[in-house]
Amino acid sequence: MNPQLDQLWVYLQANPLGWLTATLIAYWVGVRVQRAAGGRPYVNPVAIAVLLLVGLLAVTGTPYQTYFEGAQFVHFLLGPATVALAIPLYENWPAVKRSLVPMIAALLAGTITAVASAVGIAWALGASAESLVSIAPKSVTTPVAMGIAEKLGGIPSLTAVLVILTGITGAIIATPLLNALGLKDWRARGFAVGVAAHGLGTARAFQVNDLAGTFAGIGMALNALATAILVPVLWHW
Amino acid sequence: MIEAGILLLLCQLAGESLVRALDIPVPGPVLGAVFMLGFLTLRRRVPDHLGRTSHDLLANFSLLFVPAGAGIILHAARLEAEAVALLAALIGSTALTIAVAALVFVGVDRLVSGKAEQESGA
Repeated sequence: MNPQLDQLWVYLQANPLGWLTATLIAYWVGVRVQRAAGGRPYVNPVAIAVLLLVGLLAVTGTPYQTYFEGAQFVHFLLGPATVALAIPLYENWPAVKRSLVPMIAALLAGTITAVASAVGIAWALGASAESLVSIAPKSVTTPVAMGIAEKLGGIPSLTAVLVILTGITGAIIATPLLNALGLKDWRARGFAVGVAAHGLGTARAFQVNDLAGTFAGIGMALNALATAILVPVLWHW
Repeated sequence: MIEAGILLLLCQLAGESLVRALDIPVPGPVLGAVFMLGFLTLRRRVPDHLGRTSHDLLANFSLLFVPAGAGIILHAARLEAEAVALLAALIGSTALTIAVAALVFVGVDRLVSGKAEQESGA
């Protein structure tokens, strides 16, 4: 490599700008590919972006920590975006108020199913104890799930990855699964996806229908709460 | 945009602070959303700037998960060793959770609103 290029590479490696730009481009590519595929849910922009970035990190031998110094600016926006969920919630408040009882029932059923079936299936197939603790809160939004795993002796960064994989899975299977079940109620569809697949499920729900997105946001928030309370209790019991 | 940013960050800050001060098991941003809901209820409408900013943020919500997702590179070895168990658990449990939550929602909704009787033979 000539010295100028070498210097440029050192700059890009050490500066947050390079990896921040790479993150946005990788996601943009993912969105374009999904659009080119007619918006089909199994072409998931996050999965594509993650694959591209992991490939780039592997090829350039960049440690994840270096990458994250740039990408953290995107990661940071998860907080304000979660607060912003209050806006569609407020706008759809009458529908939300009418659905309080079915929401609470679906929340309890969904939270217990999410934790019990994840741990049960992984345990039956011989996953390690550490993995079992790390997968228990997989349906909860990233920061909360990491907190739960940490408290119970799991591996927080593994939980983060399992959470994202759950979100991608949910975003991919939700539409065909709910269609196969013949469910047409946008509130029920959205809420279920939010409970099962947190923010990525919510993002997908907003893509499909605004009311579904709103209920997905509520499902995500309530499930974070319910799991944070329920999992430690179940674990000690 | 500045006003919307300030509002969003202030709500999050209040949420994070209260969660830490009282040691409650709720994520700070979720409590922040509750504060924002309270603010909107008092204002009785969504300010235009806030509506636009929040729409832009939520339209790109999935992008925000990409950095954490790339962390998969840290756990490649474990994921490979336990791939079958973890993937089966992820896919099986996610599908089951979506189905159970959606069916319970619809079932209870029918019970509560008494639509079951109206929709004869449904």
